[in-house]
Amino acid sequence: MSITLLSLGILIASGCLAFALNRSDRLSGYAGSGGVIIACVCGLLSLVMVFKFSASASLNLPWHVPYGSFSVSIDKLSALFLAVVYILSALSALYGLGYLRHYHGKKNIGSSWLCFNILVAGMATVIIARNAVLFLMAWEMMSISSFFLVLFEGENRQTAHAGLMYLIASGIGTFFLFTVFILLAQNAASFDFAGFGIKGNDPARSAAFICALIGFGTKAGIMPMHVWLPEAHPAAPSHVSALMSAVMIKTGIYGLLRILTFLGMPCPWWGYLLIGIGIITAVLGILFALAQHDLKRLLAYSSIENIGIITIAIGIGVLGVGINNYDLAVIGFCAGVLHVINHAFFKGMLFLSAGSVYYQTGTREIDLLGGLLKKMPVTGVCFLIGSIAICGLPPLNGFISEFLIYLACFRNVSANGVTAVISMSVIVSLALAGAFALACFSKAFGIIFLGQPRSDYCYKACEAGVRMGMPLVFLAAACVISGICAAYIMPFIGSAVSAVAGTPSAEAVEIISSVNSPLIYVAIMGVSFCALIALIALFRGLLLNRRAVEYGPTWDCGYAFPSARMQYTGSSFSQPLIDFFKGILRARKKGARVTGYFPDRLSFETHTDDIFAESIFRPMQAAVHALAGRLAWFQHGRLQSYILYIFIALIILFMWKL
Amino acid sequence: MMKTEIAQFALSLIISPFLFGVVNRTKAIFAGRRGAPFLQLYYDIFKLLKKSAVYSTTTTPVFIAAPIISLGAVIVALSLVPFAGYRSLVSFENDLILFIYMLALSRFFIVIAALDTGSSFEGMGASREVQFAVFAEPALFLSLVALARAAGQMSVSDIFSRSAFSLWSSYGPMVFLVLGAFFIVFLAENSRIPVDDPNTHLELTMIHEVMVLDHGGIDLAYTLYAAAIKFWLLGSLLIGVFFGPQTFGWGIDCVIFVVSMVVLACIVGIVESTFARLRLLKVPHFLIVALALSVVAVILTLR
Repeated sequence: MSITLLSLGILIASGCLAFALNRSDRLSGYAGSGGVIIACVCGLLSLVMVFKFSASASLNLPWHVPYGSFSVSIDKLSALFLAVVYILSALSALYGLGYLRHYHGKKNIGSSWLCFNILVAGMATVIIARNAVLFLMAWEMMSISSFFLVLFEGENRQTAHAGLMYLIASGIGTFFLFTVFILLAQNAASFDFAGFGIKGNDPARSAAFICALIGFGTKAGIMPMHVWLPEAHPAAPSHVSALMSAVMIKTGIYGLLRILTFLGMPCPWWGYLLIGIGIITAVLGILFALAQHDLKRLLAYSSIENIGIITIAIGIGVLGVGINNYDLAVIGFCAGVLHVINHAFFKGMLFLSAGSVYYQTGTREIDLLGGLLKKMPVTGVCFLIGSIAICGLPPLNGFISEFLIYLACFRNVSANGVTAVISMSVIVSLALAGAFALACFSKAFGIIFLGQPRSDYCYKACEAGVRMGMPLVFLAAACVISGICAAYIMPFIGSAVSAVAGTPSAEAVEIISSVNSPLIYVAIMGVSFCALIALIALFRGLLLNRRAVEYGPTWDCGYAFPSARMQYTGSSFSQPLIDFFKGILRARKKGARVTGYFPDRLSFETHTDDIFAESIFRPMQAAVHALAGRLAWFQHGRLQSYILYIFIALIILFMWKL
Repeated sequence: MMKTEIAQFALSLIISPFLFGVVNRTKAIFAGRRGAPFLQLYYDIFKLLKKSAVYSTTTTPVFIAAPIISLGAVIVALSLVPFAGYRSLVSFENDLILFIYMLALSRFFIVIAALDTGSSFEGMGASREVQFAVFAEPALFLSLVALARAAGQMSVSDIFSRSAFSLWSSYGPMVFLVLGAFFIVFLAENSRIPVDDPNTHLELTMIHEVMVLDHGGIDLAYTLYAAAIKFWLLGSLLIGVFFGPQTFGWGIDCVIFVVSMVVLACIVGIVESTFARLRLLKVPHFLIVALALSVVAVILTLR
């Protein structure tokens, strides 16, 4: 425990040091990122104790904040999430050191590192906090520091708008979290988590669950509360968006799981609700991702999809507990937590590689890029591995977590009634989301890294250096290894989720060992697949030995002068699907009506706005605005009246108390 | 007891290109031609394996890796498919997910290899391939779900090792619908009429053929072989619905199974000769029919 607190101390101290060294961008970069890396290594070491000796450390200190106490603890659930936070933060910090070189002399690097370090410290504190006040303080620390990080390029109008949207969204989310904790603390003596718990059939239980879902769902990006996410993630600098997408939104998932441990036996309809919104989030998230032209926006929507998959898995777990099917519960929760970890690896990597592409080319517009694999081979191969993993294709880690969700569902396909129908709808929507993901990421990888450069942006691109390359390679290796070795980490995850699933740890491990055999089979098949590929490649090599290999232009069906601009673009690649689902996507098109025989200039653009933002939140915001306008007479700037208001308020309060 | 499994696996690897010969011969007979020999695909593959290679300067190593990975993926998928109602080479709980995702992996690499050439024709094919997969994949999943529910099993081998008679007698209408859905998915995934036309390369309407336009030599041989295996493994799911386990002993069962695969190939040939290819905009509707059939099949199992 003390090492964990020490690492928090290092984070804050190095952040302040980076801020103090603001004069020199280089030094403050080293101080900030070095601090994060050291703190994360320390933190990871302390986690080894938890995993190795199953010792859940805790610490409880009095604190003079009202209702608060400095009570922290690391159990296995916290440890798993903390491990993800530490690994991804260290890698993003290393990457950021390289990435921010671009902004040296133009931006305030020191304060950016201060916010970054506070963000990391905030996330770690959220995960270890065991007191509601401490939790909310850390939560706000995390939200506000990431708000400032999003505003890194705040002079840009769109970025400023994104930041504002994010601030409002997290404010609304926190409001619901306050409600959750007040409901939970009703019967408890203090705001410590240890005393929390609502027993029996109290309707407050369901109310707390709904509030937690809205509050944490806003952070996690569950539809329809996701609207801030596709704005804020692309706006932030890439190492920050990687951290936000890979880790920060997962604190929402962590919070939801933690709250579930206080609520006792869940009602089955919570599970249905979670699965329902999970399905919507997964399918619509990836469909919107497919329609995007901006690489980072595409990745942000794909994060929403993955949060949907995680929500489905957690919903299966909750449903399992609700209907006393602990097999289902443990596998569901395990699949959810495993997907949290896996998604952190591949989405972190994808965002970082997107950052390298942006750093080198200066654009995130997919249709302007092309042929980058030749110029940035390491980044390209990492992006390819990330794409395979995120599509859930074997033998990488994305497949394993989806495999577990399918497994939980198939085990219940033969059940009676509602459970079977739910399982089937999960199966078919995961299949649909998987097919969309394949379309989306074959587009992203194929258009950006393959073919010929589509514009002048690409010509000067090259690898972005060791600092930005190393984290990518590390994460790519993590995707491969955690794909093959999944069976070995399952017992850890099983015992971590046992508290949520309401089973003793040993029982959860036993249940999870029942999926060991298929997982080991999958690993064996993965390895033999690789061996088979090697064999086929070897055969090709032997045949081609001493034969001439020639190079020429791409066969273009007889047309003599193909140019790079004639290639298929990302927009044209996804157009058939976008058109087919136009009822949902409502893509706006502009231009491109060909007139005459030799049209000399044509322009064509499509925009896909978020339907939830446009059809729910915009009217809502307009309504709030109008209401506020009505109340404007109340606030007119006359001091005397304001004093009168205070006076009236006081009298009312007195009367109420009497 | 692994001997029979290995023998079946090897047999499928060897026979699968033969079916394309049957399809083409059927089409030739319908067109009043003599047609190519039944073993034409074997000749083609051997000839291609002897060739040297020509690559486009646009392409990257992804282009070379794609046929290799896609062939590897379909072979792994093949090892999960039962043969004549007998267990497959490998089977474990939930292996049908690995089966479908291996096919998806193969598709992913063929698609990015097509994009790698930078040719707009191949981009078009790739775009259509991923579009149609969006409709075909859920249909395949749902059909398997219906069968899995009827069989109460979760591995491909277990699902198909149930005796056909009891399946048909207790779930007749459902199996019938699943067959319909399987057949549509089978035609679509193997780029057959009415979804795609394997005969012409250079028309704007092509899907699979246009994606492999730039492959030559060994790469093309691998691609053709992978296509043949894919035809075999999706076909054996279709035929598998009719097959129970051990009825006449292994040898005779195998012969019956291979003969039924040949009959299936003939049916494909007949469909190709008598139907026209659908307009591209109509293809999703056709695939949604498969989805609808599988949804109804699932509903029928819910009683």
